Amino acid sequence: MTDIAFVRSEIEKAQPAPRSQTGLVAWLRKNLFASVSDTILTVVAVVLLLWLVPQLYGFLIGRAVPPGGTVEQCRVENVGACWAYIASEIEFFIYGFYPMAEYWRPNIVFAMLALIGLPLLWPSAPFKIVNAILFFVVFPIASVVMLSGGMFGLRYVPTEQWGGLLVTLIISVVGISLSLPMGILLALGRQSKLPIIKTLCIAFIELIRAVPLITILFMASIMLPLFMPQGTTVDKLVRALVGVTLFASAYMAEVVRGGMQAIGRGQYEAAAALGLGYWQRMGFIILPQALKHVIPGIVGNFISLLKDTSLVYIVGMKDLLEAVKTKNDAIEWASPTQSVTGYIFAAAVFWVLCFSISRYSRYWERRLNTGHKR
Amino acid sequence: MASIDTAQSPPRGFSFNDPVVRGVIYQVVVAVLVVVFLVWIVNNTAINLKAQNKTSGFDFLWKTAGFDISFTLFPFDRTSLYWQAFLVGLTNTVLVAVIGIFFATLIGFTIGIARLSSNYLVSRLATVYVETIRNIPLLLQLFFWYFAVLKTMPAVRDSLALPLDTFINQRGLFVPKPIPDEQFVWVWVGLAVALVLWLVLRQWAKARLERTGKRFPVFLGGLALTLVIVGLVWVVSGASVTFDPPVLNRFNFKGGLELPPELVALVFGLSIYTAAFIAELVRGGIQSVSHGQTEAAEALGLQDGDRLRLVIVPQAMRVIIPPLTSQYLNLTKNSSLGAAIGYPELVNVFTGTTLNQTGRAIEVIALTMLVYLILSLGTSAIMNWYNARVALVER
Repeated sequence: MTDIAFVRSEIEKAQPAPRSQTGLVAWLRKNLFASVSDTILTVVAVVLLLWLVPQLYGFLIGRAVPPGGTVEQCRVENVGACWAYIASEIEFFIYGFYPMAEYWRPNIVFAMLALIGLPLLWPSAPFKIVNAILFFVVFPIASVVMLSGGMFGLRYVPTEQWGGLLVTLIISVVGISLSLPMGILLALGRQSKLPIIKTLCIAFIELIRAVPLITILFMASIMLPLFMPQGTTVDKLVRALVGVTLFASAYMAEVVRGGMQAIGRGQYEAAAALGLGYWQRMGFIILPQALKHVIPGIVGNFISLLKDTSLVYIVGMKDLLEAVKTKNDAIEWASPTQSVTGYIFAAAVFWVLCFSISRYSRYWERRLNTGHKR
Repeated sequence: MASIDTAQSPPRGFSFNDPVVRGVIYQVVVAVLVVVFLVWIVNNTAINLKAQNKTSGFDFLWKTAGFDISFTLFPFDRTSLYWQAFLVGLTNTVLVAVIGIFFATLIGFTIGIARLSSNYLVSRLATVYVETIRNIPLLLQLFFWYFAVLKTMPAVRDSLALPLDTFINQRGLFVPKPIPDEQFVWVWVGLAVALVLWLVLRQWAKARLERTGKRFPVFLGGLALTLVIVGLVWVVSGASVTFDPPVLNRFNFKGGLELPPELVALVFGLSIYTAAFIAELVRGGIQSVSHGQTEAAEALGLQDGDRLRLVIVPQAMRVIIPPLTSQYLNLTKNSSLGAAIGYPELVNVFTGTTLNQTGRAIEVIALTMLVYLILSLGTSAIMNWYNARVALVER
């Protein structure tokens, strides 16, 4: 028997980590000054930021002329952004040449888009089916009636007078709503076993994807009238819509095809073994899985489409960008920073729209991620 | 009891439930519809063209164009023919695409690697770049560079002087023009010889590494070899390069190389825009190589450089290259937006001016589309070949 001098009866508390491993110092050391080259990079980045941030602040806020300012204020030496110019032309940027007395009509359409469209995007909002019918059937008809008028005592407004953000949104929403179903059909056709249908789909998809959108729009603008029976005129907005939708649907088809190819053969065979018909197999088994796989691609196409709407100036529509470009030449606001301000404004609008779409898709990706996690 | 072997084979003959029969019916219907649609279109077009008194055919290509093009790589004036205008547009498109691809790759790979940097500031800055540029239409960016930046540059007389005799003003970028003398050919020959020797050196070093296990610094050795050979040839042959700097005359610069603002803006816009997409591809490609590969390479005792060169990069490139090619193709197609800022590329010269002057809408648009179609199909053919070569061989 030995004497036990000391027996620890309770566990010693862990000591706090050394100061160099926690807190700000460790974070800085790990993320900014891990090595010599890292330190050099950090210094370069800090210098860049110290130069860039004050410049940007000065231009956008510090030396800028706020809304409500006068053109004389914008004409001084070394002035920042001329926000007064944007504020005074904002109506043109939103509505284009739409008659001023009728601005309430596009406003109602914007409101409808928000009230009917947003709940559709919000998964837990009730009445999805009613909502979808409202959005895809009632909303387009109501919008056309509302915007173009000529009935119910509304003054007729030809599409030549539509413009600005209104046109950008119309083309984007219509393009997005039509290109996805068209793309799915084309993808199904391309994957089908029927040779004639398959060849037609491949030819269409590859032809469209091979050429720039600008040539498709040229074609829509110059050749569509030639293709129609004599005397028919095709509305400019319709030309733009046809061009943009056809273009986007070909790209969409390839994305959907990618998703379909990622589905194992077993799924096709199991669906067939259950005795489901073609449309049931595709609609209930294959497409739900395939589309889930390719959400990033689909949304990427939506964003491209939104950005591509800026090309419709080719068919003569005045979308947001074209409206800004037109007003940038306006003499009454001629000042050194006029055009820079205009383009920054347009860029900000596009950026907010595109960035929110991409964030929204991240949300769906997480929500639908029911496995396949690595 | 009904026995199984009396089970009937499926009934032959017509049945709408037979998928084969149904397939044939569907296809016949679709084919008939398409043919009717095409006939209708062709018929309408013929009637419309007749009504407008327009002729058709490609004979216009051999007529005098009668317009000037602001920027050409080879002589072109009002007396040139339409097919020469077509060629000017084509070469200008190729020119801007090649320069754009070079810079886009450079910026894109830098930003892509920066996004993966462990340095917080650097990766954040790269993310801001990508997210800003990707979400703004290219056309807007081109307008920004052209109308808001280059067109607000100072007038010719107060040009902004940059180092190395370079000037920038409203009319574009003026750089010194290198003029090699006749002896300079030998320098090129020397360079070619050095590059061949570099390859030989590489083979030798590889063989020696396998035989003895000793390394040889191939890159540094090759670089030194090239520098020495080219330097020697330069001195011995007495070749010289003189630079013709742009000099401000009363109204414009004389001498030097003039890059029009349209070209500069287009290259800027295309490179910066496409670089954002390339950066994302590079990031995704490198991330797709699992960390186990790095660890396995370390366990094999490979050095840092070899680990990247032999293990990580080849696997990442397999993921990066196919979408990278399609980005290059996108850049080429997007160069058609140069038409909007007045850069005389294919769409501007041909689908714009030529179409307006000749009115041969169908021929002109078909020819333009054909060029892009050949470009795309050619690229995708090469890509398919490449994919088949590098594809994982699955067992």
